[in-house]
Amino acid sequence: MTADRRTQEGGSLPPAIELRKISKRFGNVQANQDIDLRVESGTIHGIVGENGAGKSTLMSILYGFYQADSGNILINGHTRKIKSSREAIEAGIGMVHQHFMLVDTFTVLENVMLGAEQSHLLKTSGAHARDALRHLADEYELKVPLDTLIGDLPVGQQQRTEILKALYRNADILILDEPTGVLTPQEADQLFRVLQVLKERGVTIILITHKLREIMDITDNVSVLRLGKIVSTQRTADTDMATLAELMVGRKLVTQSFDKVSNADADTGISVRNVTVTDERGLNRLNNISFDVRRGEIVGIAGVAGNGQSTLLELLSGIKSPSTGEFTINNHVVSTDAALDPARMRDIGVQHVPEDRLRLGLVKAFSAAESSLLGYHTKPAFNWRMFLKASTIREACKRLMVAFDVRPPDPKLKSASFSGGNQQKLILARELDKAPSVLLVGQPTRGVDIGAIELIHRKIVEMRDNGCAVLLVSVELDEIMALSDRILVMYEGQVVGSMHGSEADKTTLGLMMANALDQVA
Amino acid sequence: MDAITLTTLLATLDATLRVSTPLILCAMAGLFSERSGIVDISLEGKMLSAAFAAGTLAAITGSPWVALLGAIIVSIGLALVHGFACITHRGDQVVSGLAINVLASGLTIVLGIAWFSQGGQTPALASEARFMPLELPLSSSIANVPVIGQFFDTVINGHNLLVYIALLAVPATWWVVYRTRFGLRLRAVGENPLAVDTTGISVSRLRYFSVMICGALCGVAGAYLAIAQNAAFSREMTAGQGYIALAAMIFGKWRPMPALLACLMFGFLDAVSIRLQGIVLPVIGEVPVQLIQALPYILTVVLLAGFIGRAIAPKAVGIPFTKER
Repeated sequence: MTADRRTQEGGSLPPAIELRKISKRFGNVQANQDIDLRVESGTIHGIVGENGAGKSTLMSILYGFYQADSGNILINGHTRKIKSSREAIEAGIGMVHQHFMLVDTFTVLENVMLGAEQSHLLKTSGAHARDALRHLADEYELKVPLDTLIGDLPVGQQQRTEILKALYRNADILILDEPTGVLTPQEADQLFRVLQVLKERGVTIILITHKLREIMDITDNVSVLRLGKIVSTQRTADTDMATLAELMVGRKLVTQSFDKVSNADADTGISVRNVTVTDERGLNRLNNISFDVRRGEIVGIAGVAGNGQSTLLELLSGIKSPSTGEFTINNHVVSTDAALDPARMRDIGVQHVPEDRLRLGLVKAFSAAESSLLGYHTKPAFNWRMFLKASTIREACKRLMVAFDVRPPDPKLKSASFSGGNQQKLILARELDKAPSVLLVGQPTRGVDIGAIELIHRKIVEMRDNGCAVLLVSVELDEIMALSDRILVMYEGQVVGSMHGSEADKTTLGLMMANALDQVA
Repeated sequence: MDAITLTTLLATLDATLRVSTPLILCAMAGLFSERSGIVDISLEGKMLSAAFAAGTLAAITGSPWVALLGAIIVSIGLALVHGFACITHRGDQVVSGLAINVLASGLTIVLGIAWFSQGGQTPALASEARFMPLELPLSSSIANVPVIGQFFDTVINGHNLLVYIALLAVPATWWVVYRTRFGLRLRAVGENPLAVDTTGISVSRLRYFSVMICGALCGVAGAYLAIAQNAAFSREMTAGQGYIALAAMIFGKWRPMPALLACLMFGFLDAVSIRLQGIVLPVIGEVPVQLIQALPYILTVVLLAGFIGRAIAPKAVGIPFTKER
C-alpha cells in the first residue's frame, strides 16, 4: 500500500497512525464503527467522548488488547497487524494507562526494565537501563529517582515512570488515557510541559480525556467520538469547548451556573470539632479537623484523592467513628463513646451518596428495585411480617426512576446493566427521596456522562435550596467550583484552606491542594 | 560442654537436616508458585504422587535415577493439571489444589494395592535402588577437630545426595528470584499481572513455567521420602509435610532464606519430639507421645496466628488473571 503523503500540516511525513474503517463489536454492542482517524506525525491529537463512546476500545485495539473485527491500521504509512501489546511496542506505540501498570513493590528502574531487559541477568539489564534512563532524563527533562519504590512516589512521578517505560522501549507514539484524573492542577501542568517537550522531539501523542479544557490547551487536532463513531476531526484552533461538548453529547447543552449562597442559615447541620480518625495501622486519616456546614449551603471538599476525604465521608455517615473529638450532625452529638451506625444516621435524616457506587452504593447483582431499597429494607412500608412487598418495592423504584430520569426505567433490570450515570442517578434518587436534612455526597459525577451531570448537579442544588446542609466531596475542581458556596481544601487529613465559592480560583485551590500556598506567597 | 549433650545435640541437628529436606524442597516449590500468583496447597499431593512414582520405579527398574526422573515427571504432570485449572480456566486455586490432594491420596493407595498387593506399600528397596549416604571428602580427616570437626562430620557429612540438593536449592532459588530476568518477571506477575501483560509478556506462560518448577521441586521431595529417607513408599507417607512446608514458606514471608530457617525450625521440633518421647519431665511426668508429635502443628498455628506479624503476600496471589478490562 502506498503511503498517503498529503498532510494537513503541510509536512511530508506520512501520518504516524492511520486507522481505516476500524469496527469492533462486543455481543450486540457496536463499540467502534467504521473509525477513520489520521494522527499526524509529531502532533498532539486529542480524542474526546463520553463514557462508553468507544475511546478505550479504540485505544485497546491500537495497543493490541483487542483485535478489530475489520479495518486496517497503518503506522507511519505501513499496514501493521497488532495482535498483542508486544507487537504494539514493536511498532513504536507506548501507552500510559489511566490506572498505572506499575508494580508497587519494585523500584522505578525495575519497573522500567520489566519486560524489556537486555540480558538474563538483572545486573547487566539494570546497568543498561540506568544508562539509557539517564540519557532520556536529559533529553526529555524527565527526572525520576530510579531506586525509589513506586509505592513511595507521588502519582505524578509514577506517571513519569510510565512515560519513561514507553520511551525506554523506543516508542515514538505515546497514548495517554485520562492522564490528569489523578493529578493536582500543578502536576497536570508539569505533565503538559513534558508532553510539549516530547512533541518538540518528534514524539506523536494521543491524549484521551473528557476534560475539554485540556484539549483546548494542549492539542493540535481533536477528534470526537460518539456512540462508537468519529463524529468530527478538526484542528483544535478552529473549534471551541462549547462546540466540542455539543458534538460529544449530540445535543445542545444548557450551560448551568448556580447562584452562590453567601448568607446561609446560621443553624449548622454539621459541626465537626477537633476530630481525629486513626486507622488500623495507626495513621491519622483525619487529623484534628474542625469545620461547620450550615443548613442551606453546599460545602465542597477539594483535594487530591487520598487526603482524607473518603474517611471524612465515612466518619459523617457513621461507617467510622471518631478516635478523638466529636461532631454534631443534625443536632445529634457523635463521639467515640456515643457513635451512631449508618442505619441510625439514616434515621436521623443524614443521607449519604457514597464515593464508590459499585462498592458502597449498590449491589451489582441486584435488580434496580432491590438496589433502590438498600438501607431502607426494614421500613414497614416495604414489609409484610416476614416477606418483602415485591410489587410495592418495584412501584417505588419505578417512581424514583421516572423522577430522576433513570434509563431504562426498568426496576427488574440488574444494577450492573445500567451505565455509570444511571446507576448514580438511581442512588441519588434513593437517598434524596428521603428528604434529608443533611446530605453527604462523594464524587457524584465520577464516570458519569455529561448529560447526566446536569441533572445530578441540579438535584444537589435543589436540596440546598430546600434548606439541606450539603457536604460535597469531589476530586473534580470544576465540579467543586460550580456547586460549592464554600470550599474547604483537604491535605493529609487536615483542612488546609478555605474559600468562598464566589471568589474561588483554580490556581489558589491547586496550590492549597498541594499544600504549597505558603511557598509561593 | 558435656560430651554427651554435645553428641545428643549434634545427633538432633543431624536428624533435623534429614526431616527438613522435604520441607525445604516443598517450600521452595511453593515459593515459585505463589510468587507467580498461584496459590498451591497441592504441594502435599504432588509430593505424595512423586513418592509413589519413585517407589514404584525404583522397585521395578532398580535405578534411583530413573525413579527420581519419574517422580519429577509425575509431579510436573500434576502441576500442569493445577495450571490448566487455575491459569487456563481461571478456576479456584484452592479447590484445584484440594482436588489434587484428594486424588493423590486415593490414587496412590489404589494403584499400590493393585500393583504390589502389599496394603498400599511398594516393595522394600535394596540399597542400590536408593540414594545412600555420601562420605564427603575431608570429613573423616577433620572429624577429630573438636566441635567444628565433629559438627561437620556428624551434621553435614553422611547425608544422601537429595539432602544436599535441597540445601543448594535455597541459594539457587534466591538467585533466580532476585538476580535474573525470569525472577523479576516472576515477582512482577505475582504482584501486578496486568503490568506484565502490558509490557507484552505472556502472563500465562510465566505462570505455567513457575508451576512447572514448583512441580519439579515437589518431585524431588517425593523421591526423597520414598527412595532416600525410607526404603519404600508407604501410604500417606507425606503426612501433612506439604502443608507444613507451605506454612514455613508463608512464615518466611515468601522469601527463600527465611523460609529455609522456618523449615529448619519445624524440622528441629520434629527431631526433638522424637528424642523427647518417653522422657520424664519434672512435675509434668511423662509427656504423652501424641502431644509431642502434635507440637510442630500446634506451633504452626500459634506462630501463624500471631507471632510473625502481618505476612504480606504477593498482591495478586490467588486471583485468576483476566485480560478483559
